[in-house]
Amino acid sequence: MKDLIQKLTQTPGPSGYESAIRNVIREEVAPYSNDISVDALGNLIVRIGQKTANGVRILVAAHMDEIGVIVSHVEKNGLVRFSNIGFIITRYLAGSRVRFLNGTRGMIDSDKQEEPTKIQSQDKFFIDTGAINDKESPVKVGDLGVFDREFLDLGKRVVSKAMDDRVSCAAMIEVIKQVKNTPHELVFVFSAQEEVGSRGAQTAAYALEPDVTIAIDVTPASTLLGVEMQVALGNGPAIKVRDVGMIADPRVVDWMATSAKKAGLPYQLEVLDIGSTDARTMQVSRAGTLSGALSIPCRYVHSPSEMVDMDDYGNTIKLLVQLLSNLTTF
Amino acid sequence: MSTLKKISPPRIGKSQLDLLEKLSNAVSVSGAEDEVRQIVLEQVKPYADEVKQDALGNLLVKRHAQATNPLRVLLAAHMDEVGFMIVDDEGEGVFPFSPVGGIDPRQLAAKPVLVGKERLPGVIGAKPIHLSSPDERHNNYTFSSLRIDVSPANGKKVKVGDLATYATRFSRQGSSLFGKALDDRLGVATLIELLKRDHPDLELLFAFTVQEEVGLRGAQVAAYEFKPDLALVVDSTPAFDFVPETGENTQYNCRLGAGPAIYIADAGTLSDPRLIRFLAATAEKHAIPFQFRQPGGGGTDAGAIHKTGAGIPTVSISIPGRYAHTPILHARVKDWENTLLLLEAALNDINRGILSVDR
Repeated sequence: MKDLIQKLTQTPGPSGYESAIRNVIREEVAPYSNDISVDALGNLIVRIGQKTANGVRILVAAHMDEIGVIVSHVEKNGLVRFSNIGFIITRYLAGSRVRFLNGTRGMIDSDKQEEPTKIQSQDKFFIDTGAINDKESPVKVGDLGVFDREFLDLGKRVVSKAMDDRVSCAAMIEVIKQVKNTPHELVFVFSAQEEVGSRGAQTAAYALEPDVTIAIDVTPASTLLGVEMQVALGNGPAIKVRDVGMIADPRVVDWMATSAKKAGLPYQLEVLDIGSTDARTMQVSRAGTLSGALSIPCRYVHSPSEMVDMDDYGNTIKLLVQLLSNLTTF
Repeated sequence: MSTLKKISPPRIGKSQLDLLEKLSNAVSVSGAEDEVRQIVLEQVKPYADEVKQDALGNLLVKRHAQATNPLRVLLAAHMDEVGFMIVDDEGEGVFPFSPVGGIDPRQLAAKPVLVGKERLPGVIGAKPIHLSSPDERHNNYTFSSLRIDVSPANGKKVKVGDLATYATRFSRQGSSLFGKALDDRLGVATLIELLKRDHPDLELLFAFTVQEEVGLRGAQVAAYEFKPDLALVVDSTPAFDFVPETGENTQYNCRLGAGPAIYIADAGTLSDPRLIRFLAATAEKHAIPFQFRQPGGGGTDAGAIHKTGAGIPTVSISIPGRYAHTPILHARVKDWENTLLLLEAALNDINRGILSVDR
């Protein structure tokens, strides 16, 4: 179980450039579906099951992409200026390391500051690749990179970069392996470009015309940007009630909570005041879908060291299998 | 498919410059693009297979392929420009106004403008130096501190809701072009040139879009209507290539004279990497200079187009211009010509194979 999470989190895949992580996931799911495709924006779409008389078409999405950096300028002295891909928290930058898609590695620091206690704006940070000047630079304008930090097994809890949202990709792979008899038509989307605005999920939902859409994502379970979170690590999957981008369909919330109770699985309810998920764009696709989200609690979200609890992970898989295997009426 | 073509490459000559001048001087603030649309319509009619004006005012033009099952390529450039809207009437020809599109109020004081359908001449007025305190002079102008003044005589002809724009007249100085609204009349003129040339292997879908400056609204519905296989967006992007007072200029966006700027990432779009690679390879193959626009903020019609329907592979390519969204933009003839050359080469070389590999 941890091996899969490790493999997925350690594969680089910044938004818009998900081909490497997509290949890893495709290999994992290939034995379990004979209908796997990739669309224009790079979403990986895995279909399972046929819709029975009372079944529905359910789209489950977990995003493959992760936050990262993109080179905007190489200075004459070889230092690299960069722009962000997705939401980067600047206080995590100094001392972080970066791995570019071309294999180049480097470390981040910032320009000299007058007030050392103040966190500088992102344009004051640079990546040092060890290049002695711009001509020798192993990266050029437009090259993308991700934060570089190894997987850490702490027993019940695990830590890595890109736990957001590879831990959900891992969970979805497990669900694909475990769902055997479903009355529903299931479409699993490993989505692209979530971190820049759920763009992949938007076009996938349009193309696939689901009745029900569910996003699987991480949710902050610690002090992120000084905000106390209600959701706690280890208390079970979080059923989304509301976030900045959506109000989950109460029927979906009820379906998730009732199923968890019936299966004897722990769960918590989530009301989030920062951020959103792929469910935001999927809910308003075409004439609208019944939409909700299941979150895996995660500490230190959008840092190079994101922590999740293995029991939460296991219970998320169990709850999803439960949800997708049984008939329901909304 | 590729046969040897004996077609001369497009050039920027007198007729192209005359057309650009006409387009630059035309007034088409977002939401009221009639004047530019009329010019485009006259230009494209003899060459178009289908012309349609949609509900929002986009001009949608098709040039059909001679081949069967052709690649359907969307080319988009926006007709609208930034400007102002009259929001109140203080009498005596003096009017409070608000911006239409992204405008920096620091750049407005004392600029001549044209107001309303009659193009009434006016000026953006601010407190003169005699009356302003040193403190005030350190603070930036806000829209609420500025007025548009058209004189009492003409004031009677202006009403709330009227649009205004800069009164700048186009001029060419050697290799440089100066004018208002070159963002994105350069793109519009480029599309017109491409439309006049034959590309028989492609189904070419031209969208002369409206309301880009207020949120890519025209492009959104144009892309929905056309549902192309891929899209190329032609726009203008700021060049801030001054030598800084200290250190190295690390945030220039792009540079004048360095050729068309190909987009990799902006606030609205992560360009399709297959199309970025294709454009760069095409430029190299034909020895056309190009630059990558610095990844960062800003955006083009691509932001709406690529998310349309089931998703559309999209890339933007811009002609660099200094002082964007001010009364005068400075662009270079060579950058424009190289943009046109690159797009023409791209249309001749483009094929389905580019999209046969996964993004």
